[in-house]
Amino acid sequence: MSTLYEGWVLEHSQAPHHEGPLDEATHEARCDNPLCGDRVTVRVVLEDDRIAKIRFQARSCAVATASASRMTDLALGLSRTDATALATRARQGVDPKQPAPEPPLEHLAIVRDVRSRRRCATLAWEALEQALNAPETA
Amino acid sequence: MSATLDIAAVRAAFPGISDADAYLDSAATAQKPAAMLDALRWAYTEACANVHRGVHRRSQLATDAMEDARETIATFLGAAAPEEIVFVRGATEGLNLLAHGLSALRLQAGDEVLVTAMEHHANLVPWQLACDRVGATLRAIPLTADGALDLSALDEVLTERTRILACVHASNSLGTINPVTELARRAHAVGALCVVDGTQMVVHGPVDVQALGVDAYVMSGHKLYGPTGIGALWARRELLEAMPPYQGGGEMIRTVTLQSSTWNDVPHKFEAGTPHIAGAIGLGASIDWLTGLGWDAVAAHERDVLDYAIAALDTVPDLRRVGTAEPRVPLLGFVLEGVHPHDVGSILDQHGVAVRTGHHCTQPVMDHFDLAATVRASFAVHSTRAEVDRLVDGLLAVRTVFGRRST
Repeated sequence: MSTLYEGWVLEHSQAPHHEGPLDEATHEARCDNPLCGDRVTVRVVLEDDRIAKIRFQARSCAVATASASRMTDLALGLSRTDATALATRARQGVDPKQPAPEPPLEHLAIVRDVRSRRRCATLAWEALEQALNAPETA
Repeated sequence: MSATLDIAAVRAAFPGISDADAYLDSAATAQKPAAMLDALRWAYTEACANVHRGVHRRSQLATDAMEDARETIATFLGAAAPEEIVFVRGATEGLNLLAHGLSALRLQAGDEVLVTAMEHHANLVPWQLACDRVGATLRAIPLTADGALDLSALDEVLTERTRILACVHASNSLGTINPVTELARRAHAVGALCVVDGTQMVVHGPVDVQALGVDAYVMSGHKLYGPTGIGALWARRELLEAMPPYQGGGEMIRTVTLQSSTWNDVPHKFEAGTPHIAGAIGLGASIDWLTGLGWDAVAAHERDVLDYAIAALDTVPDLRRVGTAEPRVPLLGFVLEGVHPHDVGSILDQHGVAVRTGHHCTQPVMDHFDLAATVRASFAVHSTRAEVDRLVDGLLAVRTVFGRRST
């Protein structure tokens, strides 16, 4: 019935990976989508400029929650540079004017034709990017 | 006038309406009747000219048609005269104009502006800006649990320092119709002006600004089956005359020298630049079309669909309506426990049902109910019970997608 609500969106939204607080986070950022009130917070522990731990908390729709879950799977273990580059590719990947997203971001293709839901899919990636650029938390 | 609506004829009057899908998002923007579209086409063909200063035939035609539309709106709102109607881009611009003009006239440091906790951001943010500019304080009438104004708090928030009370006539996210007459009376008792956002109200029933006893009233065109980019502001003539201009430019002046200018008469003082001529003409046509159906028939039909929808939604498991107060305009806010409104909206869309999801530009309302968003189904003169059935079927499908069995 619904391409948006098959497969990974449903799986990850109902059993998200790396969800919850991360008290020892060294970097964090919260992203809001003012259009719909979705909110995703991403926290990471950076060790030697590498994402050693990552967790997210979301008050969001299934697409945003599931995308955040998959983001944490992909970002864990990456260097700050590689994670930032992947976040950029994720944002480009949902844009139908850009080439279709390549692995490991091919799952994001489902929102390319659904303008209203693109931001849902990229919210966690934006939060990751901002967290990586944020000053270290006290 | 007949009290029943020929619903098949009404639906046929909308080229954008068919049984292929159910458009339940009229509170965001209404579909357009052919009569309005014809008027737009006429305005851009037969009467395509600039208004007011042209000596040629087409300009006369356009000017007459636009001023006829002003008269139509004046009658529609119960204004004392067409000169009390200002064409604006929409309700948002109307409210910004009032916040600008009335604060210049009435608001000083230490004064208070009173709004309600159910305002659309369009009737909240302009007053925040105005208060910030002069050092005034913004206060709000709180809400009850069912989404009405908590008038028991009025004595506390409406004070001797209140200069302006700005309130929505019918809430766009809750549907609640507010007791505007009572609010205006209370505002006047402390010497405050009463400004009303009538955007949702004027679509569903007759409004008489003089009977309401308010001082200013705004409405949008595109939610009233008219074009986007046009709306109207009514204010008592003495207020319009006293308020400073909102924008400067052509049309709004009487004389201009390099050093200074004098202003045109109202309403033209507030209509700088070439107006949305076709929009105004289109709006006049949509009002003529709607009122031609007869308010009694329109209201009875919409209430029937609304009552049917309330009963139908209340059968959906895990559905909670947000905003249950009466009286109300025909729109319903709700949440489906455990499913984000965005997901509800996307899945309903795949079932051919268009609803609005989000905070509906009323974030304080969402805060009051401790929600990030709601789903809103809003009904119009062309809505049917069958469309409500389709909505309910779609909602049951949402539950299936998210693995919830019927209980």
